[in-house]
Amino acid sequence: MPGRVSSLQSLGAADGPGVRFVIFLQGCPLRCPYCHNPETWEKDGGQTMEAGECLEKIRRARPYLSGGVTLSGGEPLWQAGFALELFQKLKAECFHTALDTSGCLEPPELGALLDVTDLVLLDIKRVNARDCRREFGLSLELPLRLLRRLEERHKPVWIRQVIVPGINDQEDELKALRKLAESFSCVKRLELLPFRKLCAPKYAALGLPFPYGDKDELRADRHRELQEKYGFIK
Amino acid sequence: MNDAWRGFHKGAWQTEINVRDFILKNHIPYEGGESFLSGPTERTRRLMRHVESLSRREAQAGGVLDIDVSTVSSLTYYRPGYIDKADELIVGLQTDQPLRRGVHPFGGVRMVRSAVEAYGYKLSDKIESEFQFRTTHNDGVFRAYTDEMRVARSAGLITGLPDAYGRGRIIGDYRRAALYGVDRLIEQKKRDKAKVGEGEMDTESIRLSEELFQQIVFLKRLKEMAALYGLDISDPARNAREATQWLYFAYLGAIKEQNGAAMSLGRVSSFLDIYIERDIREGTLDESGAQELFDDFVIKLRLARILRTPEYNELFGGDPMWITEAVGGMTEDGGTLVSKSSFRILNTLYTLGLAPEPNLTVLWSKDLPEGFKRFCAKVSIDTDSIQYENDDLMRPIYGDDYAIACCVSAMEIGKRLQFFGARCNLPKLLLLAINGGYDCREKERIGPQTGPLRGERLNYDQVMERLRIYMPWLASLYVNALNIVHYMHDKYFYEKLQMALHDTDVKRFMAFGVAGLSVAADSLSAIRYATVAPIRDEEGYITGFLTAGEFPAFGNDDDRVDLIAAQLLKDFYDCLRQNKTYRGAEHTLSVLTITSNVVYGKKTGATPDGRAAGEPFAPGANPMHGREKNGALAALNSVAKLSYDVCRDGISNTFSIVPEALGHRESERQENLCAILDGYFAKGGQHLNVNVLRRETLQKAYEDPDAYPNLTIRVSGYAVNFRKLSREQQAEVIRRSFHEVV
Repeated sequence: MPGRVSSLQSLGAADGPGVRFVIFLQGCPLRCPYCHNPETWEKDGGQTMEAGECLEKIRRARPYLSGGVTLSGGEPLWQAGFALELFQKLKAECFHTALDTSGCLEPPELGALLDVTDLVLLDIKRVNARDCRREFGLSLELPLRLLRRLEERHKPVWIRQVIVPGINDQEDELKALRKLAESFSCVKRLELLPFRKLCAPKYAALGLPFPYGDKDELRADRHRELQEKYGFIK
Repeated sequence: MNDAWRGFHKGAWQTEINVRDFILKNHIPYEGGESFLSGPTERTRRLMRHVESLSRREAQAGGVLDIDVSTVSSLTYYRPGYIDKADELIVGLQTDQPLRRGVHPFGGVRMVRSAVEAYGYKLSDKIESEFQFRTTHNDGVFRAYTDEMRVARSAGLITGLPDAYGRGRIIGDYRRAALYGVDRLIEQKKRDKAKVGEGEMDTESIRLSEELFQQIVFLKRLKEMAALYGLDISDPARNAREATQWLYFAYLGAIKEQNGAAMSLGRVSSFLDIYIERDIREGTLDESGAQELFDDFVIKLRLARILRTPEYNELFGGDPMWITEAVGGMTEDGGTLVSKSSFRILNTLYTLGLAPEPNLTVLWSKDLPEGFKRFCAKVSIDTDSIQYENDDLMRPIYGDDYAIACCVSAMEIGKRLQFFGARCNLPKLLLLAINGGYDCREKERIGPQTGPLRGERLNYDQVMERLRIYMPWLASLYVNALNIVHYMHDKYFYEKLQMALHDTDVKRFMAFGVAGLSVAADSLSAIRYATVAPIRDEEGYITGFLTAGEFPAFGNDDDRVDLIAAQLLKDFYDCLRQNKTYRGAEHTLSVLTITSNVVYGKKTGATPDGRAAGEPFAPGANPMHGREKNGALAALNSVAKLSYDVCRDGISNTFSIVPEALGHRESERQENLCAILDGYFAKGGQHLNVNVLRRETLQKAYEDPDAYPNLTIRVSGYAVNFRKLSREQQAEVIRRSFHEVV
C-alpha cells in the first residue's frame, strides 16, 4: 500500500534515542497553533512512496543509525496501514522503530502497529482537558486512552510537550504534566520541547497565517531550566 | 645499552632507523576516558598571556606583525629567539623574535618581494642584489613552462601550482631526531651516500648523491641551530622534555628552510607518550608536567608563520600552515595507538584555548576505544577544531605509521613524499569542452579547437564526447606542468633537512586535484535529466544556460547523479595515469579545495546546473549549498560513493550541523556524533571536517569580528580563525548548508 510522504530526513537526533532516520508522513487532522510542519497538514500533498522504497533509503543509512527509525508527520496514525507495513518491514530487519504521534486517532490497525513499535513519542498537547479542547480541538481522553493501552502492553513511551512562554510554562501546569507522566510506569522520559519560530517562512510560503507568530520563543537557558526541573529521564 | 634508551623494549629499531618498530614495541595503549587530564599551570598561563598579546598586535598590524627583510631564512642565520626565556620549557623560534616572519627567496624572489611590499616593507638591497645572480625555483619553472601552460594557469584552469614558493606536503620524520640523535642520522646518510657511489653513476644516482651531500650538510646545520639555543642534539633524547625539544628542533629547522604550503608535523603524540610515561614511571614527571610539555610545544606550533602574498591568501585563506598532527588510529594487528598523549594534545584546545593550528586530525577507526571516541566528539562539539580521517580505510594501504600531509593526504612517515599539484577546475573544463576550446570569461582560446556545440539544447552524449577530447588534453598538460614544477623544485629549492629525515630510498606520489566536482556533476545531471538551452553571444559561443525541469543533485544519495560524479573522477584519474611523471612518481588525485573554491568560482562562467557566473563552488567534495534535500546522512552517503581507490590523495568533506540537531543533551550529542562518524567511515568515506555551530554565530562574527577573536571553524581540510578569512570567504562559509532540526 503506498503512503503519502512529506519528506525524508536521513539524520534525526531529536526524535527518539540515538541517530535516527525520520520519515514525515503527509496529513494531519489537527491544526496546532505552533505547528512546525504546516506543509504536512493536507492529506493529499507530498509524494507517493511504497514502504519498500522508504526501506531501501533507510537501509542506505543503516551504518549511522545508532537509534533507528522514527515515523513522524503529519500524524502517522492517519496512514496507519502504511505505517504498519513499513514498521513490519523494519522490524524484519531489526531496526528500532519509534512512532511520533499525538494519539488523536484510533485506527483499526493501531493494535497491530503497536506490536511492531518499540517506542511511542506521545505528544500531550496540554495536560488540562479544557485547554486541550479549546486550543487544539482535541479530546485529552484520546491520548490518555493510548497511554493506558501502552501501559498495559508495557510499551516504552516518551511524553513530549511543546512549551510556549506565557501559555504553558507555568509551574502548576508543568507540575501536573510531570505528575501525569510519573503515574505511568511505561513513561521513560518527559521531554519539554522549546517553542521555536524557525518555521515562520514555511507559513509565509504556504500563504498561511502562523497563529503563534507573535509569541516569544522559549529561550535555550529557560528551556534547560524547565527541562531539569520538570522533565525526567528514567 | 645506551642510557637514553633505558627502560625501553628492545627491537629492530635499535639497529636500524625504524621509529615504527620503536612505537609498536613501547607504546602504552590507553582505553580510558579524559578524567586524568590536567589543566594549564601558572607558567603556561603566563606564557599564553604573552602569546595572546602578540596575536592581538599581529591582528592590529593587519595580519603581519613584523618581517625580517634582510636575512634569507635558514637554520642558523637568526640569533636565538624567545617568547619569555625564563618560562619556556621548549625553545626555538623561526626568527629572532616571535611572529617576526622570515623570507624564503629560493622559492621565488618575486613572490617574496610582492609579499613584503604588500605589508609595507621593502626587501633589503643585499637580498635583491644577491638574487640577481641566483636562480630560484620560480625562475626555473618559468624558463620551462610552455605557452599553453601559462594560459591554462592564468585562465584559472589549473590554479595554485607551487611554482613560486615551496611545494610543502613533505613530512620529515621529526621523531628520528629525538630517538636517534642527529649524529646517528648523519652516519646513516653517509653510509647511504657511499653505497650510491658503488653503483653506476647515471642521472638518477648523481642527483641522489648530490642530494645526500646536501642532506648531511643540513643535519649538521640542525645541530648548529640547536647549539645556538645552548643544546646539543647529537645524541638521543634522554627524557620527555628533550624528546619534545629535539623533535621540535627538527620541525623548526624544516620551517626555517622551507615555505611549503603545508608543513605538516606527522604523528608525534603517541611517540612522545613513550618518553612521558617513562619519566612518570621514574618519578621525574607528573600529569601536570606532561600536559605542560604538550602545551609549550603546541604554543610554539601556534606561533609558526610563513609570509604570503594577498593572492595566495585568496586561495588558502586564514594564514594556515597545516601543521597537521595525526592522532589515534590502530596498529596493523588490531591494537590501538591511542595513548594518554592522544588526549593531552587534544586537551591543548582547552588548556590554551581555541586555535586552528596544529591541524589536529583524528585517525578514526570503528575499533578506537570508546573513551577516546567520546572525548573527540566532545572536543568537536566544544571547539570545531578537529577533523577526522578513516583509519580503517587507509591503514590497509599505508600501514600503521602514516601521517596526513596538509588536509587529507596520507603517506608513510619517512618513507613516502608527495609532489604537491594543487588542482584543476572541473566546471571550467566542462565549459571549455562545450565551447570547443574557447574560454568566454577570459576571452582566450585554450586547447584543441573544435568550436562550440551546436543546437537549441545541450545533448548529454555530445557533451560527454567532448569531455573525452578535453579531459585527456588537460590531464596531459597538467602532468607535464607538474613535472616541470617538481624538477625545478628539486633542482633549486630541494628540501634538504626534511629529506634527511626520510629514508634515502623514498617513494613518491604526484598529487593532482580537482575543484568544483559537485558543480560539474550537477551540470551533467542537468544536461541529462532536465532541458539545458545554451545562451550564445554573437559569435555563437555559449555564455550561459537556461535550465528547465528537475534534475537530481549531488548530495541526496541519488545514484543517477552520484555515479556521474564518481565516474568523472575515475575518468580523470585514468587520463592522468596515461602520462609519465617526473621521478616515476605514482599518480594520485584529491577532491579538495581549501578556500580556493571561492576564487575558482570567480573565474568560472555560469554553469548548466544553474550556478551563476562567478558564484563560489562548494568546497572539496561537498554538495552545492542548499541542494541537499534529504538530510545530512544522504549528503554524507553521496560523498562516500566517491572511490578512494581513484582518489588516494583524499576526498575532503565538511559537515556543519547545529548543536540541537545532534540531540537534546550533551551526552546524546557526543554519542550521536560518534555514530555519524562510525557510519560515514563504514560507508567508505575518507575525511570529515566537523563543525557543530549555528549559522547565526557566524553571521554575528561576520558583522562584528572583534567580538569573536577566537572563533575557529573547519573549512575544507583545515581549521581556521574565522576572523582571518577574507570577507568573500566568510560570506561563502555562511552560505554553506547547516544541517538543522526539522
